[in-house]
Amino acid sequence: MAYFIQVLIDAVALGSLYALVALAIGLVFGVMKLINFAQADYLTVGAYSLVIPTAAATPSMMFGGLPWALMIFCVVLSVTVLALITERVAFRPLRNTDPTTLLISSFAVSYFLQSLIIMFHGGRPKSVSIGAALTRPIDIFGLRVGGVQFLTMTVALLLLIVLVLFLKRTSIGIQLRAAAEDFSMARLLGVAANRVIAIAFAISGILGGVISLLFVIQTGTLDIRMGIMPTVYAFFATVIGGIGSLPGAVLGGYIVGILSVFLQAYLPEEMRPFRDAGVFTIVILILLVRPQGLIVTSAAKERV
Amino acid sequence: MRIFERLFPVLALVVPLAGVVWTIDQFGSAGVERVSTEALIRLVFAIGLYIFAGNSGIVSFGHMTFCAIAAYATAWQTCCAMLKPITMSGLPAFIRDNTFPLLPAALTSIGLAGVVAFTSGLILMRLSSLSASISTLALMFILNVIYSNWTTVTMGSSTIVGLPVYVTIWIALGCAALVIVIAYLYQVSRWGLMLRATREDEVAAQASGTSLYWSRLIAFTLSGFVAGLAGVLFAHFMGTVSIANFFLNHTFLIVAMLVIGGMQSLAGAVVGVTFISVVIELFRRAEVGFSVGSMQMSIPAGSQELILAGIMLLILIFRKAGIMGGKELRWPWSVRDDGTVAGVGQVRLARSANCHR
Repeated sequence: MAYFIQVLIDAVALGSLYALVALAIGLVFGVMKLINFAQADYLTVGAYSLVIPTAAATPSMMFGGLPWALMIFCVVLSVTVLALITERVAFRPLRNTDPTTLLISSFAVSYFLQSLIIMFHGGRPKSVSIGAALTRPIDIFGLRVGGVQFLTMTVALLLLIVLVLFLKRTSIGIQLRAAAEDFSMARLLGVAANRVIAIAFAISGILGGVISLLFVIQTGTLDIRMGIMPTVYAFFATVIGGIGSLPGAVLGGYIVGILSVFLQAYLPEEMRPFRDAGVFTIVILILLVRPQGLIVTSAAKERV
Repeated sequence: MRIFERLFPVLALVVPLAGVVWTIDQFGSAGVERVSTEALIRLVFAIGLYIFAGNSGIVSFGHMTFCAIAAYATAWQTCCAMLKPITMSGLPAFIRDNTFPLLPAALTSIGLAGVVAFTSGLILMRLSSLSASISTLALMFILNVIYSNWTTVTMGSSTIVGLPVYVTIWIALGCAALVIVIAYLYQVSRWGLMLRATREDEVAAQASGTSLYWSRLIAFTLSGFVAGLAGVLFAHFMGTVSIANFFLNHTFLIVAMLVIGGMQSLAGAVVGVTFISVVIELFRRAEVGFSVGSMQMSIPAGSQELILAGIMLLILIFRKAGIMGGKELRWPWSVRDDGTVAGVGQVRLARSANCHR
């Protein structure tokens, strides 16, 4: 039973992380029908901004050497700026094209950023340690929970709550949701297009920065591919949640996160390497039953 | 004459390709020949992707799956008789202990890729076009995870070496010409036209009695077979098979080629692959270093990828339909103008008016 609860805590921690990435992707999709591949690289760039660009395997710190509050601020700020730059340079000129073209263009942006990181940092993985104090386990009501899992869960839940409050209670948040619901109608009612789109990208940048830090604390390594897996999982979260639905994205994020941890915990030893394949297969089977996703929105079908 | 006119879009692609290959074969260095052979194999793959993505308007990021499946299948059958029982002990006995002739091995491998495409298509083609795009990506991840961990059968992430190398530039050309013909025959066939109609307007096509599901599934399966052929060619050109080659980087390269050439026409696929192969080769050489007068110059490593992504973005922003703009090469002195091009243009205009939300 204790083991089950520990697994459950892990599952919620990972699920919250995926839910956050999925929410970032869902927000951007809502306002401009763009499925943003480059979200993966926002994560990667955030992580790499901790160290000075060299080819060394254990590089010296850049933002990683700062006091923690300043470090978080610098990382989040640089990722947010990057997200806004990609919006301005690559996605704004394409705003009125079809979703498929946008998807391809974000694929190109992602490849561009990845090559840029390789150019400055080299392609090999690096090791970096921040927040070493956080890794020791904590006792809560007799349960030993990994410090990192606890941190991830707290931060992710906190962010999720803040984001939901922001979307529900503030004027700009309501404008964002309105734009995600029906962009042209929202514009007619006085929502400024450039502003909501910029804010959606800024949020995806902020989330990207925070999540990248959580990942680095967890794994202690930097890798040019580190953002891809979470982002691809988040894509699926948005697809099974119902593409274009924000609650759906969060729900989907929890489903893939929880599935992935439970498969890791309960699959027989020799099957565990195949965990990701299992998650994707189950996800596709969910789609078989509900091709439109769990929460169907008007965005799922093009209006005639 | 009519038949010549009808086949002109194919001939206009195959004849120049053959001309280039003949020139390279006669005068080119071994290095150039190798690069061109690789480009031709990429062309086979790009056309495979085009059969589905170009005609249906749904980009697939997962076609490397079928390529990998066929490459591994042919490796299991033809590779390293001595080492196979040790390194790939998990294979079924009749494959493990026998080596099969090249042609049957190639055909069964292509068949396997096609069957996998059909079965996965049964599920994926039910989804809306964006979800299907994303799900093809999942397909590739599933395969990648399985093949890089199924150590007893695929040797995990290590490379299988020692496949017989039989793909010359002429074989690659032959296969490219064959798939160009197949792709063309498909796109002017009843099913191809129906699929192209769904690309232009899903609702109108459905209202006219086209099944989205079946028209897409047929194209997906056919493109799976062609991608499988590309996989077999890759395997027997390199002589090695490694799962890392069938992943995101290669996918990006081929998608970029298609987008830059123009995804909606066969000519676009051929032009894109040719153009990008030349660009890449030039930059690869520039990265190694070249001399201007007495100065030795080189551009930083990795700029090749940056430039490729840059070109792709510029094309998407300024010329969305790619270099060829979605047109086939047509017989220039045609008397009869059946107005198809103008018709398609009008549908697009009407559609884009709908899209501006």
